[in-house]
This record gives sequence, structure tokens and C-alpha cells, in this order.
Amino acid sequence: MTNTMSQAASIAFDAVGKAYTKPGGGTVTALENVSLTVEPGAITGIIGRSGAGKSTLLRMVNGLEMPTSGRVRVGGHDVGASKGSALRAIRRDVGMIFQHFNLLSSRTVAGNIALPLEIAGVSSDKIAPRVAELIDRVGLTEQAGRYPAELSGGQKQRVGIARALATEPKVLLSDEATSALDPETTQTVLSLLKDINRDLGLTILLITHEMAVVRDIASHVAVIDGGQIVEHGRTYDVFTAPQHPTTRSFLSGVTGVKLPAFVEHKLTATRPATGGEEVIRVTFAGKHATDPMLALLTKDLGIEVNILAGAVEEIGTHPFGNLLISLPAARADEARAYLERHELLTEVLGYVS
Amino acid sequence: MSANLINLLIEATGQTLYMVAISAFLGTVFGLPLGTYLAVSQRGELLSAPLVNTVLGLVVNATRSVPFIILVVAIIPFTRLVAGTSIGTTAAIVPLTIAAVPFIARLVENAIREVDSGLIEAARAMGATPLQIIRKVLIPEALPAITLGLTLAVVSLIGYSAMVGAVGGEGLGDLGIRYGYQRFMPEVMAIVVVILIVLVQLVQSLGEWIAARVDKRAPKGRGQ
Ligand SMILES: Nc1ncnc2c1ncn2[C@@H]1O[C@H](COP(=O)(O)OP(=O)(O)OP(=O)(O)O)[C@@H](O)[C@H]1O
Ligand SMILES: [Mg+2]
Repeated sequence: MTNTMSQAASIAFDAVGKAYTKPGGGTVTALENVSLTVEPGAITGIIGRSGAGKSTLLRMVNGLEMPTSGRVRVGGHDVGASKGSALRAIRRDVGMIFQHFNLLSSRTVAGNIALPLEIAGVSSDKIAPRVAELIDRVGLTEQAGRYPAELSGGQKQRVGIARALATEPKVLLSDEATSALDPETTQTVLSLLKDINRDLGLTILLITHEMAVVRDIASHVAVIDGGQIVEHGRTYDVFTAPQHPTTRSFLSGVTGVKLPAFVEHKLTATRPATGGEEVIRVTFAGKHATDPMLALLTKDLGIEVNILAGAVEEIGTHPFGNLLISLPAARADEARAYLERHELLTEVLGYVS
Repeated sequence: MSANLINLLIEATGQTLYMVAISAFLGTVFGLPLGTYLAVSQRGELLSAPLVNTVLGLVVNATRSVPFIILVVAIIPFTRLVAGTSIGTTAAIVPLTIAAVPFIARLVENAIREVDSGLIEAARAMGATPLQIIRKVLIPEALPAITLGLTLAVVSLIGYSAMVGAVGGEGLGDLGIRYGYQRFMPEVMAIVVVILIVLVQLVQSLGEWIAARVDKRAPKGRGQ
């Protein structure tokens, strides 16, 4: 097998733009001036709303779409400038899995996994042992002779993953690979991807519209909105200190920490002249994540705190807490200053009288 | 019924099968690549060539517009060129094949266009060449539909083959006309019709059986 890339390929987008020409004339700008360097050997999540440009960005890595401006480099190769056999060589080093699996209905599990090897011109006596190894790797030994129509969604995606790994790629692309699966199956597929990343050290770039997927397996994340990367970095940093409103709205979905309806309905944006309570989101991260900060707030400043909702969870191995509280508006500035001093993040959500 | 007549019927059945089998075979040999090319040369497809596609499409449509009986007569010079003679059962294979090619091509084209574009995308992502995509993805995935299309083509050819008596082609249709109509022996006509019905049924059942065998998709109605 020919490997045109070094171990743990790097992927770099440099001022990439993509405009589609509409059939009736005119253009749609799918991406605008996107620059992003993907951490080699890590799992990076790309999250964004429908139509944000996620698939377009991902499909440029293996040249299924070509940039209209800027450069996409994968393992040192300029994808946009490659064509013909050079482009096909890059593609053999980049595996891809899909939301709807895209398996050949006319081939068995083993036959589907053999396809990229046949395409790469691997001799048939070498294909059989490699396919057996891959089937074993994704835990489908029993199903080797079955057709896709006889498999569950999770099993189909395992076939998709085995197929994507067949030519020993350095990069794995995943376009909403778990979106068609139930939550439990999603977890098993995600942990398979995690194992593969750990064992094979390949760079995984995955698209999702669920922050939970990012939290569960991605060490890095890029948030894309309206064709631009609005925020990117380590998952933990982005989760604990989101800067962009789009990121925040995705996060409130994933933490499951929402204001109770009776508070939400009464919430106003302006502080009442007298009295009233201020509603605050407090994010606990880093070394203080498990400290009893609210108890200390009451003890040190004598401010009574009302807990409205909250949860503590993990990103990777780091604890990460999210609390929605309310406290007397008159003393809110003081309280927030105290919490910030102890390295907690606060965000004012509104007021109730 | 005389032994002579039975012999005539057996002989005619053999001639029909001979004409239909050869023309179906040749029709597939030319129609399959033509249909595949019509599908993949559409604008934005694998081997996008809109102009060539349009021209080929026009030629195919023109051939399909000509009523078969007119086609048979119109191409007599061509038939003589290819078969050495323009009269007889073997010569009749030429117009049958000419009619079969565009018909089969359109059926194959439709079958290939039905293949999920996600599969083409997956193959492109693997680094497949257009030819590999055609051979390893499009044709195998379209095979159940192609099989049903070929079945339809063979059934149509059985019908067409009844008209080649006009240029001295023999077979069941010719026998039916000569004995049943011209010599007024309605029982011969009846037997010919029964044999044709049985042939068509056999071809249809065989085609459906093969199509079901090559179709590994979930049965319709059960969904994916
Ligand atoms: N082939 C195409 N031709 C024209 N416009 C396109 C094409 N592909 C994508 N677009 C447009 O580009 C924009 C980005 O599309 P893209 O598929 O990258 O979004 P996405 O983030 O993957 O969305 P989703 O979550 O719905 O898959 C959209 O406005 C879309 O309509
Ligand atoms: Mg998409």
C-alpha cells in the first residue's frame, strides 16, 4: 500500500472560501475565509447549525469539494491543486464515514470492506486477511457474510468504519456518522471511534450538531456559523468559557441545565428599581469545580443563594459544573465579583421581581 | 393435427427463440455500455459530457420513434451489408438488434440513475476512478433493475419477432400469419398465440426470479 502522508497527518485550512454556483445563476457562499489548523492525532469536532457549512468544510479535506479561494493542505499535500491520480492517492489516505452509511447493498459485510482495497489495487490474496482483521476490529465476525439489509444501523456504521480504515488512512472524516442512530448505539459507535483514535493514532475530524458528541469524544472543537469559524480550541476551554453566542446556545442544549419554566417566563432584561433577584449562570471549571463555592458565598458575604438548576459532568477527565442561581439583585455585583475572584465564570441571564 | 404441422410449429418456435436470443444478446452487448454512458455523461455526473449526451439521446430517441415494421424495411441496405442478405431469419436479427439497442440502453440508463448518489460519493472518497465506480458500484447496484429491464426487452423482442415475416424472416409470428390468416387455419393461429403466451410467461418468471436472486436489498414495504 502506498502511503503518501507522514504519520498523524496534519490538516490545515488557510483562508478557505467556497461559493457554489446555483443552477439558475448566482452564487451561494458556503464558507468564507476559514483558517483552521487541526491537531494531528486528535479528535476534533466541528459543530454548527444546519447549513452552516460543516459538510462543505469536511469534504474539502478529501477533495470531494474544491475551495474557490484559499488552500487546504492535508499531510503536506495541497488538496485543491491536486487532481487525477494524485488526488486519488490523497483520498486513499483519508477515510470517510457517512450519516447514511453508504454501503453497497449488493455486497456482504466482507465485500463492502474489501471494496477500497480492490480499488487501491491490492492483490486478492492480501485482501482476505486484511478484511478479516478489520471485521474483527469492529466486532462483526458473526456478520461477515451478511448483506447490509440484514444489519442494524449500529452494525452498518461499524462496517462503514471498517471500510474507511481498510487502506490504513492517516485521517478519518465523519459526517454526522451517529445522527441516524439511537443514543445507546451512538455511544458504542463513539467509543469505537475513540479506541481507533487511541490505537491507530489517526487524526479524526467529525461533524456533528450535538454538543454531547463533542463532549464525549473530541479533545478539540471548532464552532462554525454562517460559513465562518466563530470559535475554536480545546473542548474543555470552549465548554468552560464559551465566547460566541452560537457556542453558548449549543452548550445550553448539551448541559441540560435550563431555567425552570416558571422563572423563564418572568425573566426580564432590566434590573428592577428596587428589590428583585438577579438570575446568573455560574460555570465551575478547573480546580474549583468541586469546591462548595455557594456555601462559602453565603458564609463569607451573608448573601442567600437560590439554586434553580444545575449539573456537574465531565469533559474528558475534567469535572465541569453548571449552575443557575438567583440572588438579591442589590448585592449581585458583589456576589459575582466574589465568584469571579475564585475563578468561576458568571453570566447574567436576567432579573425576576 | 398433422405431424407435418407439429414439426412446423416446433421449427417456428426454434426460429423465434434463435432470433430473440441472438438479438437480445447483441442488444445487451451494445445497449449496456450505451445506457451506462447515457447515465454517467449527464451534466454534473461522473463523466459529464452534456453535448455528447444530448446528441446520443437524440439518436436513441429517433431510433425508438420509428415503428418496428418501418425500421425493418428502412434498413434493408444496412441489413444486406451486415448479414450478406436482406431476406431470411438470420437477416431479421439485424433490425431486431437495432431496435433492441436503444430500448435496452434507456432501461439500463434508468436503472443506473436510480443508484443512490451516496454510493458514488463513498467510492469517490475511496479514490476510485470513474471506470472503477461504473464496474464495482453502479452496475452491481443497478443489477436487479437491469435484469428486470432486460426481461422487458426480451418480451418486447418476442413481439417484434412476429413482424419479420415481412422480410422473409420465419418463426412463430410468420407461421401464424401464413397458416392462420392466409390459408385460413384458425387452429394454427390459436396454437401460435398459446405458445407465445407461454414463452412470454416463462421469460417473465425467469427474469423476476433472477432479479430477486441478485437483489440483496431489504424487501419493499419492510423499509430500510
Ligand atoms: N452542491 C451545492 N450546490 C449549491 N449549494 C450548496 C451545495 N452544497 C451545499 N450548498 C449550500 O452551502 C451551504 C452549506 O452547506 P453544507 O452542506 O456545508 O451545510 P452543513 O453545515 O453540512 O448543513 P447540515 O447540517 O444540514 O448538513 C448551504 O447554504 C447549502 O445550501
Ligand atoms: Mg452536512
